[in-house]
Amino acid sequence: MHELSLCESIIETLTTQTHRQGYSRVRRVWLEIGALANVEQDALRFAFEIARRDTVADTAELDIVTLPGQAYCLDCAQVIAVHQYYDPCPCCGGFQWRLTGGNEMRIKELEVE
Amino acid sequence: MCSTCGCGENELTIHAHDHAHDHAHEHPHVHDHAPEARRLTLEQDILAKNAEFAAGNRRLFTERGILVLNLVSSPGSGKTTLLARTVQTLRAEFPVAVIGGDQQTANDAERIRAAGVPAVQINTGKGCHLDAHGIGHALERLPLPEQGLLFIENVGNLVCPADFDLGEACKVVVLSVTEGEDKPLKYPNMFAASGLMLLNKTDLLPHLDFDVARCLDHARRVNPDIRILQLSARTGEGMEAWLDWLRQGQQAALARQISRLEVDLAAARARLTASAA
Repeated sequence: MHELSLCESIIETLTTQTHRQGYSRVRRVWLEIGALANVEQDALRFAFEIARRDTVADTAELDIVTLPGQAYCLDCAQVIAVHQYYDPCPCCGGFQWRLTGGNEMRIKELEVE
Repeated sequence: MCSTCGCGENELTIHAHDHAHDHAHEHPHVHDHAPEARRLTLEQDILAKNAEFAAGNRRLFTERGILVLNLVSSPGSGKTTLLARTVQTLRAEFPVAVIGGDQQTANDAERIRAAGVPAVQINTGKGCHLDAHGIGHALERLPLPEQGLLFIENVGNLVCPADFDLGEACKVVVLSVTEGEDKPLKYPNMFAASGLMLLNKTDLLPHLDFDVARCLDHARRVNPDIRILQLSARTGEGMEAWLDWLRQGQQAALARQISRLEVDLAAARARLTASAA
């Protein structure tokens, strides 16, 4: 359940930013979460409802954008799509690929007032 | 308040303000103006703050020439037995210390201290992982193993600790042969995040159906770069290769410290030359 820690970290960021960006409430939060990130999205939504209570985000909606897994296959020398860490390369069937995208956990954008 | 990082005693404050006063949610008049909404682009990693603390820890470790390893595994993989045996040998060669994380009890730290090196225990309470901020505070309660080795024994959990950089040089994942050989596939993030895998309790292999080759293949599918060593902390079989790996890592930490000192030295010399001119 480190999703609660992640949400506490999100709320901390939103609270810190109130002074820097001059807002008093957060209406909506857009997250970008990679398809291979170590995050259970349902758990993240559940944890966000707990973490947001009595904060600047206490009524904020959460939007999660899933970013696709992308890798570079060293044997094929090309960019491939991957869905899991143990996926074989769709071209050569090998596992000699390096992830280039899909493990992000990012606060993309906010709607504030 | 903490002078190092500015945290309060209850570090995590998720309340925007205290509630000593009444909330103005019951307004005496009806608002006829809606507050103006605007969009803000942040593009910030969720764990950016942990990353800052981790960078601070890593800077300190580099300056002091300390090799720091973050040991991760399921509960019961034999991490503490492995550590006790490891530190018993290495403490004669360079300073060694251990930070242990568990939800409750100081049992592990006591076992490490009994093996002859300083150890502190972080009880995470209900927390499922250690974070870089907690490590910074644990370091205040431990003599720094200068030009030596610091082990961080993480909470037994193959999921959550994968995401939290503590400032270590490398994560070492310990898997015992009494667990399933498909663990690397079941918990891929942890095996992908680790630089070394230790397959422990190999003395039990004659009594089990564990397919070692299959297990190693699974680990390499998830992480083609992972190094793998097989050992038994109980019998000592395979321990020498692990100890050699640690000695090499410690030398690399010394080399990083030297590079860092040389940069500082060159800067000081340049300043002296400039002020003399």
